[in-house]
Amino acid sequence: MKGSPLEKKALDDISLEISSGEFIALIGHTGSGKSTLVQHLNGLLKVDEGEITVAGMKTKGKALKELRKKVGIVFQYPEHQLFEETVYKDIEFGLLKQGIEEKERHKKICETASILEINDEILYKSPYEISGGQKRRAAIAGILVLEPEILVLDEPAAGLDPSGTRELFDIVTTLYKEKNITVILVSHSMELVADYAARIIVMSEGKIHSDGTPAEIFMQGAELERIGLGIPEITKLMNALKKYNKDIKQDIFSVDEALKEIIRLMGRGK
Amino acid sequence: MPLIKAINVEYTYQNNDSPVKAVDGISMEINDGEFIAVLGRNGSGKSTFARMLNALILPDGGNIIVLGMDSSIEENVWNIRKNVGMIFQNPDNQIVGTTVIEDVAFGPENLGVEPAEIKKRALSALDEIGILKLKERAPHLLSGGQKQKVAIAGVLAMKPRCIILDESTSMLDPVGRHEVLETIQALNKIEKISIIHITHHMEEACLADRVLIVDDGKLVAQGTPVEVFSDVDGVQSLGLDVPQVTKLMYELKKLGLVDDNKIISVDAAAERLGSLIG
Repeated sequence: MKGSPLEKKALDDISLEISSGEFIALIGHTGSGKSTLVQHLNGLLKVDEGEITVAGMKTKGKALKELRKKVGIVFQYPEHQLFEETVYKDIEFGLLKQGIEEKERHKKICETASILEINDEILYKSPYEISGGQKRRAAIAGILVLEPEILVLDEPAAGLDPSGTRELFDIVTTLYKEKNITVILVSHSMELVADYAARIIVMSEGKIHSDGTPAEIFMQGAELERIGLGIPEITKLMNALKKYNKDIKQDIFSVDEALKEIIRLMGRGK
Repeated sequence: MPLIKAINVEYTYQNNDSPVKAVDGISMEINDGEFIAVLGRNGSGKSTFARMLNALILPDGGNIIVLGMDSSIEENVWNIRKNVGMIFQNPDNQIVGTTVIEDVAFGPENLGVEPAEIKKRALSALDEIGILKLKERAPHLLSGGQKQKVAIAGVLAMKPRCIILDESTSMLDPVGRHEVLETIQALNKIEKISIIHITHHMEEACLADRVLIVDDGKLVAQGTPVEVFSDVDGVQSLGLDVPQVTKLMYELKKLGLVDDNKIISVDAAAERLGSLIG
């Protein structure tokens, strides 16, 4: 709300480079500016000051259509935006707008549906007749079918059960590896972020608080808690075990790594 | 007398030509003052079941008895809803007032409470939840966690015996989630209000006295959090997860390195493992 007493700087002097083919997690508590940042990436919002270049295009420029082809954003609860009679038609919508021929549309829809494990039966159902997890995947398919080079996912697993969450993240990981797309994931789950992302960008009060590998980021547990975030539970355990054995590795954020480390320390004690 | 009793309840959705049995013969009891967590994958029927507990929907088969009142008898419905309040998932979908206090007053007003008493109840509910200072604020400008606290205050002003939270933390960030959990734990401990918390977050379920798992419309497991989560394979086969420390202890047990994996907290795990690695 610019010019009003409620004016607030959502992003404040951010400089950042993301390379093609990275898998990045963007974390920060509500109001930290991460959603605002994400909306700048395809020109939904435009910077007051400074400049953003995505795939060689300035987001303040005229080529918004081109830009939005390259950057696909899946917003929170994307299933709220399903509106067509069938899942198929819903996925087709963006392709129609791009003027792609029917045969080509069909091919792309089937391909995308298969990646997201949406079977034929679901494809021809109304979006209102399918389960929550299926709706979520249908909505994501509508973005993926446009073959973005950069895929932004804002809390893609909110409200999904644990197995649905894993399935979705495994699909995203496969896409990332096979199609070589850049993934930017906004999430509140430190466990998921630790498992999937190679680089974590932490935002706080409109600024980039820190930027690094999961190991680098989760080493600063107390600091993350101060800005309203946390560390994975397993990392908390490793911190707690430090008083029993000073040698214990602290850069651990998955159960498998923790298991190896504990076995190593137990073996050495004997 | 149990607070809520479900006797072999069933519910079927009429989905075009193919009916879907969402709840398929659940029997259980909830005692006064209990904190219960309900887990289950998407589509398991847990929300449908919860909606029957305050007569938002009525079972097709079986009965729901709240404080001795059967929900299938129409005269009981208001009284049941007064005693069992519900908080939904989306904080934005349950705001009715233009100020926080108006929003909280909506419930008791609908119950036909005297105006002076409404104000008293609304203020005391806000005070209890710790958001009295927000009373004149516009609810839509609050944070997600604050909005959910307003919704809880609204239910509290009706003086319920039980509050159901249907994935009410799932749209909140860690701070908002923590706020809501602290609030419901305090209501449970201090006011002895029963809590039924439906969630996908295992660490939230660990706070409960008892965990129920619903799958395919049936109650498939129940017990204390430690009992339920230590069956790692069982829980995972239901599409759910266990706390990371429980998983770790389970793997160590499989290797014969610890005796049991009945551990769900970081502190307990640290204590157990500390002596082994020291």
